[in-house]
Amino acid sequence: MTTPQQADTAARLTGLVRSLRGHGLPIGPAETVDAAAVLDVLGFTDRERMRAGLAAALLRSEGQRTVFDAAFDLFFPLGVGTPEAVRADPPAVPDDPEPPRFGRPDPLRERLRERLAEALAADDRAAQARLAGEVVEAFGRYGTGGSPGSDGWSAQQALGRLAPETLLARVLAALRERQGAPDLSDLVLADEIRRRIRDFRAMAAGEARRRVAELRGPERIAERAVAPTADLVDFLYAGRDQVAELRRTVHPLARKLATRLAARRRRAARGEIDLRRTLRRSLTTGGVPLRPAYRLRRPARPELVLLCDVSGSVAGFADFTMLLVQAMSEQFSKVRVFAFVNRTAEVTGLLRGGDDPARLAARILAEAKVTGYHGNSDYGSALGGFVEHHLDAVGPRTCVLVLGDARNNGRDPNLDALRRIAGRARRVFWLNPEQPSLWPTGDSAALAYAGVVEMHSCRNARRLGELIARLLPV
Amino acid sequence: MSDNGTGFFTSVADAAEQLAATGYLASPAVATTVFLADRLGKPLLVEGPAGVGKTELAKAVAEIGRARLVRLQCYEGIDEARALYEWNHAKQLLRITAGRDEGWQEARTDIFGEEFLLTRPLLTAIRGEEPTVLLIDEMDKADVEVEALLLEVLSDFQVTVPELGTITASRRPFVLLTSNATRELSEALRRRCLFLHLGYPDAELERRIVRLKVPGLDGTLAESLVRVVGALRAMELRKAPSVAETIDWARTLLALGAATLDETVVRDTLGVILKHQDDVRKAAQKLTPA
Repeated sequence: MTTPQQADTAARLTGLVRSLRGHGLPIGPAETVDAAAVLDVLGFTDRERMRAGLAAALLRSEGQRTVFDAAFDLFFPLGVGTPEAVRADPPAVPDDPEPPRFGRPDPLRERLRERLAEALAADDRAAQARLAGEVVEAFGRYGTGGSPGSDGWSAQQALGRLAPETLLARVLAALRERQGAPDLSDLVLADEIRRRIRDFRAMAAGEARRRVAELRGPERIAERAVAPTADLVDFLYAGRDQVAELRRTVHPLARKLATRLAARRRRAARGEIDLRRTLRRSLTTGGVPLRPAYRLRRPARPELVLLCDVSGSVAGFADFTMLLVQAMSEQFSKVRVFAFVNRTAEVTGLLRGGDDPARLAARILAEAKVTGYHGNSDYGSALGGFVEHHLDAVGPRTCVLVLGDARNNGRDPNLDALRRIAGRARRVFWLNPEQPSLWPTGDSAALAYAGVVEMHSCRNARRLGELIARLLPV
Repeated sequence: MSDNGTGFFTSVADAAEQLAATGYLASPAVATTVFLADRLGKPLLVEGPAGVGKTELAKAVAEIGRARLVRLQCYEGIDEARALYEWNHAKQLLRITAGRDEGWQEARTDIFGEEFLLTRPLLTAIRGEEPTVLLIDEMDKADVEVEALLLEVLSDFQVTVPELGTITASRRPFVLLTSNATRELSEALRRRCLFLHLGYPDAELERRIVRLKVPGLDGTLAESLVRVVGALRAMELRKAPSVAETIDWARTLLALGAATLDETVVRDTLGVILKHQDDVRKAAQKLTPA
């Protein structure tokens, strides 16, 4: 017999699992059963324990954690409606319901800011969570009383009113006063406060998502409002935080790809029988091939040339790939990187000497001559320039990767130049961050280039990893 | 459920308490997951950066359960003979030469007996009668083939030796696998385990760890130190300092008799927590008063 409560738990759990699968997490029925066993053992008294337990049963890597946390908050919400603590002890709402205008005092906002500053200074997570609930409750509501579907809760609106960033100075002053004699850790204090404020913003966003999910159902919200894992973020639409997170995955990904390439190399190095030498050797054993001779591979690693479009539209993609290739450089006997917008310049040195990967793109644009008389992409003249000045970088052992969306602004694609590169190189691949359905549209010359060299669509980091592991010669 | 488990802990709170009693301060997530692994009898895969206490966790659990800690250190090229079992060939040969007159039947049944079996960590852990904690350390260093070898052990807690038959664990060991994620472990292996990511602790927990491990250090200094380490982790460094480095740094400061974290002290001791020259330079830049 199942009680209604058990049925509800089962429905929530399967809903959570379904939405995680929708975000690309491979979760089988066996894991769902494990998760149910976890809930059975842990009970429902402590929500953070449930979170940890379900994560242990359902997740397979740390990268999936943010997706899981957001989805968990939707399917196992902390409460319904106004947060419990706020309902029990409602904050004094001002009698004057008129929305505040510039220059008009806003006592509720001031009080909330006051309390938030205290909570931030004390690093009191519980108080912050409660405040997040209150803030969304007080300032986050929009579209009341309208048609169904037009109302909701917005963290953006609530945080815009509250402006927690402007509390930084106040919190800093409070902490410094408490601490007494300053030491060197004072220098990093501001960073830490900023981090706490960022966490508070995330709390408020989660709270707003929870309230919206009550109106629209968790499935729909989980589908849209939960950000995908970093390796599935589309290069072309990645935000600043996502780019930073991607950058942190460069080194682990490079290590992973290196082992995969090494495995391919090992496999390629054994197993091929050299017939001529085997027969020759068999003469010593009376014509019976007792000891087969294997073909030996020359232990030579391939050379890699990277040709990257670094213009604004695809810079994120080029940036990530350059860092990845740089991190993998010991896998190749030589790596040379060229960047272009409409002129080609070598940037291998810039890549190597750089200490701050976050500013790589800006440095390339500032220090390398990648633009000519105008600032728009021109693949034709960039390829032409490469052939003219740097063709000696490409030899019979070289693999060339061209990165770009092939959006040529209607100029001559100069297919001949690409043909000359392809003729000299061992392999040439074009990685295009746009999906194939967009290739024939607008000013894209992708299809023309795809007729000359192999073109692959490469929209996110996971796909890039797959392509590099599969395509590059070993 | 409980007959499958190892039965070291009675509740999550109990797990946290007992771990703390052995000197391992666990975050709530860690305590919960360890308790679940114990209760559900599933292996626990612990992933995370170096120096956050993955191996220490296994040692702490072993100490709590008064269990024998069987450790399998993985490395590239480890194989069945090193991980599971091996026949003692030399002894078998001696046995054959010693019993020259006996028939083939007798000799065969005899030389593939228990006496000639060299047990390696996995088999040792399975066969043990007493409580056992099996630590499979740095799983990602081993080759992919070894993972397949582990699947039988991890899902059914049994080992099949062709000459002897299947040996099933009479008492389930507590299995803990660690990985630094230098290589992606296979789905098949991950599926059989509970997953725990052991990251850097939050500031509060780290302060408590420092206080526990380096009791002589001044409270305010410990707080500053943890704050600086936290800031360094937020920077994009080649190797972020982990808990082990924090403790080392605390010990260094204590040994130097530093009272506050001033510029000279930090400059002289930054090498303790940062292991790359680039990182040291970047951090020094950050920690120079403007």
